[in-house]
Amino acid sequence: MDWPLSDTSFCIATQENTMKDTDIKKLLYTHLLCIFSIILSIFIPSFFLENFSILETHLTWLCICSVSVTAVNLVLYLVVKPNVSSKRSSLSYKVTRFLKCCIYFLTSCFFFHVIFVLYGAPLIELALETFSLAVILSTFTTIPCLCLLGPNFKAWLRIFSRNGVTSIWENSLQITTISSFVGIWLGAFPIPLDWGRPWQEWPISCTLGATFGYVAGLVISPLWIYWNRKKLTYKNN
Amino acid sequence: MRLGSGTFAAGCVVIEVLGVALFLRGFFPAPVFSGAERQAESPAPEPSAGASSNWTELPPPLFSKVVILLIDALRDDFVFGSKGVKFMPYTTYLVEKGSSLSFVAEAKPPTVTMPRIKALLTGSLPGFIDVVRNLNSPTLMEDNVITRAKAAGKRIIFYGDETWVKLFPKHFVEYDGTTSFFVSDYTEVDNNVTRHLDKVLKRQDWDMLILHYLGLDHIGHISGPSSPLVGHKLSEMDSILMKIHTALLAEERDPLLPSLLVLCGDHGMSEAGGHGASSMEEVNTALVLVSSAFERKPGDVRHPTRVQQTDLAATLSIGLGLPIPKSNTGGLMFPVVEGRPMREQLRFLHLNTVQLSKLLQENVPSYNKEPGFEQFKVSERSHRNWIRLYLEENNSEVVFNLGAKVRRQYLDALRTLKLSLSRRAAQYDVYSMAVGTVLVLEALVLLLLSVPQALSSRAELDVPLLSPVCSLLFYLLLLALAALHVVVCTAADSSCYLCSLPWLAAGGVMTLIAALLCAGMSALTRVFAGGKCLSQVELAFQNPPQSTSRWSELDLLSFLGTVGHVLSLGASSFIEEEHQTWYFLVNTLCLALCHQIYRKCLLGDDCAPQHCPHTGEEFDGVAVALQGKRAGPEGWELSRAPADPSSLEALRGSERWMVLASPWLVLACCRLLRSLNQTGVQWAHRPDLGHWLTSSDHKAELSVLAALSLTMIFVLVQKRCSLTSKVAMAFGLLGIYCYRAAIGNVLFPWQQDNKDISKGITEARFVYVFVLGILFTGAKDLLKSQIIAADFTARTVGLWEIHSGLVLLATLLLRPHNLPVLVLSLAIQTIMAQFIWRPLRHDVAEVTVMHYWFGQAFFYFQGNSNSIATVDISAGFVGLDAYMEIPAMFLTAFATYSGPVLWASHLVNFLTSEASSGSALSHACFCYALICSIPVSVYIILVTSLRYHLFIWSVFSPKLLYEGMHLLITAAVCIFFTAMDQTNTKS
Repeated sequence: MDWPLSDTSFCIATQENTMKDTDIKKLLYTHLLCIFSIILSIFIPSFFLENFSILETHLTWLCICSVSVTAVNLVLYLVVKPNVSSKRSSLSYKVTRFLKCCIYFLTSCFFFHVIFVLYGAPLIELALETFSLAVILSTFTTIPCLCLLGPNFKAWLRIFSRNGVTSIWENSLQITTISSFVGIWLGAFPIPLDWGRPWQEWPISCTLGATFGYVAGLVISPLWIYWNRKKLTYKNN
Repeated sequence: MRLGSGTFAAGCVVIEVLGVALFLRGFFPAPVFSGAERQAESPAPEPSAGASSNWTELPPPLFSKVVILLIDALRDDFVFGSKGVKFMPYTTYLVEKGSSLSFVAEAKPPTVTMPRIKALLTGSLPGFIDVVRNLNSPTLMEDNVITRAKAAGKRIIFYGDETWVKLFPKHFVEYDGTTSFFVSDYTEVDNNVTRHLDKVLKRQDWDMLILHYLGLDHIGHISGPSSPLVGHKLSEMDSILMKIHTALLAEERDPLLPSLLVLCGDHGMSEAGGHGASSMEEVNTALVLVSSAFERKPGDVRHPTRVQQTDLAATLSIGLGLPIPKSNTGGLMFPVVEGRPMREQLRFLHLNTVQLSKLLQENVPSYNKEPGFEQFKVSERSHRNWIRLYLEENNSEVVFNLGAKVRRQYLDALRTLKLSLSRRAAQYDVYSMAVGTVLVLEALVLLLLSVPQALSSRAELDVPLLSPVCSLLFYLLLLALAALHVVVCTAADSSCYLCSLPWLAAGGVMTLIAALLCAGMSALTRVFAGGKCLSQVELAFQNPPQSTSRWSELDLLSFLGTVGHVLSLGASSFIEEEHQTWYFLVNTLCLALCHQIYRKCLLGDDCAPQHCPHTGEEFDGVAVALQGKRAGPEGWELSRAPADPSSLEALRGSERWMVLASPWLVLACCRLLRSLNQTGVQWAHRPDLGHWLTSSDHKAELSVLAALSLTMIFVLVQKRCSLTSKVAMAFGLLGIYCYRAAIGNVLFPWQQDNKDISKGITEARFVYVFVLGILFTGAKDLLKSQIIAADFTARTVGLWEIHSGLVLLATLLLRPHNLPVLVLSLAIQTIMAQFIWRPLRHDVAEVTVMHYWFGQAFFYFQGNSNSIATVDISAGFVGLDAYMEIPAMFLTAFATYSGPVLWASHLVNFLTSEASSGSALSHACFCYALICSIPVSVYIILVTSLRYHLFIWSVFSPKLLYEGMHLLITAAVCIFFTAMDQTNTKS
């Protein structure tokens, strides 16, 4: 990928901008890693598993994809540490925090499952498929939120309201999450069409939509933040 | 002239209704058909000269057996062209040297199998209207060759496409239908037909054998006409033809009564492999008649002549000695009877022309002046003279020559009659369609251009009526349109509806078009002038940086939803599954509301309406939106007492929880309703609650549900009614249960066996009395509120009573398993009004859009779809002894559209009870008119451009009728809004 950040821009940039630019650069690399993990989850398993393809063994792919994206997100969170807010660092605090995160993740899976059923997914049959869709959507949206914000529902709501973001990381989180939602929303569109294609099966078009949305969000958010870096003013800056 | 925006919108919608009606009249040409009952009327006798001729019987059949070999998509050059020579050697031999007659039969669009089969067998040109006429039943009701043959005792065997079995149930002594569903299979479908052939050809117990091969069409759909597969298939068909022909020849014993083999295609195949439109390749089909009766002398070269596909019906009837179908517009293929004696030839021609002229008499009021009819009269007269001569004289040559002259006269008459009949059918009347479209578009543009003015706080707008009427532009336009009208109507082959109107009416339409155009022009200039002023003002004041947050998520969603829905109308699957679109949109709307509520409740988000006045209108560019904002910054929301932004947090505990839970309640209700009626096409066969409830095993459950629902309806409706209407409501609902019990839908607990099922006329009329009573009380309250000024409660009570009267009527008309739809609709209305719209202070436009969306979703929740088959016609018979057209139509329309109507009437109620601002109702009326007329206008254009689409008759046309009806309902709703608004401003 061609990144428009060149050496000259460093020279012109003020001190604050340099800070921002390094942040943006960091953001870009983390996002590239996420995209890379998704691509790997498509190609690597075919070496180990027979008859592996996205459409036919869809659930397997979903599991692998969700696990790899989660892993990459966790590792990146531990390495990059975008928010330096955690004051206490006792082990018990960390453990409770982790458990809380797990509970939040599971809740979000069930929550998404309920929403899909409300949107018209079959109630009993194909429940596994619906749930795996919920899992993958939670992977794309809840896990980055958990990594960045921790189990704090009010903070989440704040990010998704207008003018609520306080850093580049939160801004990119907002963009990727919204684009995942939009992707899964748009992914439902081809279902009623009578083309009879294999990818129109429930929930393949939706998972693909969510994945494309997530990837698009990952690509767009550093670019968007870069283009708008002059306008973006965060409260804590 | 100053008009309220509600009145203006209602006027625009009425004009659109007019335009759509004109468009529909052009799109669905009045079909040429015989309305006469099918009865055993005697065939027309030979024109008699005195008592000397008494040939009144039908002529005897020419052929003993008929085999129809129909090959789907058999284009003419597959037989007569180079492909035919290469792959169909036997057929080519028959065509070039054998005893056969070959034709190129021209099919009329839509070149789709079912209408083509109808055309082949009835001789008529099936329009869409006859699909509407025999609602629900795919059976061919019109007079046709197969029914006639069955009535004459012929034994018919059929193998092939299942469509035939659906069209002619119980007509075949033996049949095997193959489905044309799996397009990718082109061998098995045909083998399923051929496997019966050997057995059948050995047997003697049939008179007519019909074979319909689908393989060629499937190959066309897969790989197009130039694929090598086509050659294989043609060779296969050739060998089948040979097999049949040799079998027939071997059987033929009586040389006087030979058998007939018909090889034909139903439609052609385009170069891409599809069909449905009207290109030459799709329209031209091969038609070969093989029989030893068509023996020819050596050296007699016959080229395929052009005939109409519809001519086959008349020819087959004559050949089998059957009466010609009444709606037939085709003529006898004369070469078939050329070998018969002169008297028989003339008799056949006479029968055909008599039938055609009868059809002409039934369909054309001024049939006397038609040239065909005059020719027919002349030839009948000379036929009579010829008969006299024939019976008296024996000089055969003179008689023959005179006979040839009569024959020529008959053939001329036949041709003219056919022409004038076919011109009236199956043609899009493009002129009427264009005029209708122009009217609709002008009204829409006018609506769009007046958005900023109409949604301003005064809710009034200047309609410059006088100045355009006096302007030069108007007169020039009128002159040009009149000239156009004259040119179109005097063109050679015009059969436009507009031209058949009296001059005054056509002139009125032209005047309307010109006036609307002028009004649109002046509105446009006003917008531009206003825009200029605005931009200067903006430059002066520096646009506030808030401009990005001008559109809330809800506005964005309703804008995108409207655009997306309108665009989805271009795809046939999305039309078939339109309910999915609405369920999806309504769900998303609920989630967006949920997001908004949680943000406001938990964060005290500062995006309250008074801080950033939403523009609320969704359809225009930023400029117009800005302008609207300037025109009336306060006019956008319901102007209630200004509340502080944290009003939600000030809510009491329980109410706050209700606010938080309400979107989820609504979502759950929608999900429940969704599984009540599976509708659409793809998933329509899935089991649903509605079927479970209506099956006879679950009558007890249905009774309990109905009783519960009726109670719930009473609970939800009664709280805002006056005492009289409360009592009336209770009695009405009881009456409904009695009615359903009387017609056997539900049970009383004490009556376990349902012996006496009546039509429930008394019970239904009992309910009607209460419906009228409640409506009357409501109207009385409204009038009272108008006389006693500022009697606000009487007004709201009156409106609510009208609403509940409509609810009661809908409760009576909807089938019992649909009563939960009504209950949940009332429940959702209550929840939304109480806990969402009121606390969140949505502006009028948003509330209107939400009402419209929910109305549409409920249209589908009650089991409707975009196919004509789901209209519940039984609603039209509730409380009526016999079929009475106008009440039945009104009741059916109300039952079908009860969802949108009830939501619209709830909108009136909500706005009058909430808003103290006088302009709320007219704003709502304007928004409602706008949002309803956008899909219709776009759909009209889409349908015009898709008029040769494969699914035009099965998918797009029914939707067009639904859209037209919906617009009519919208016009009624808008007029009701305006009337309410008028009473409001007066009081």
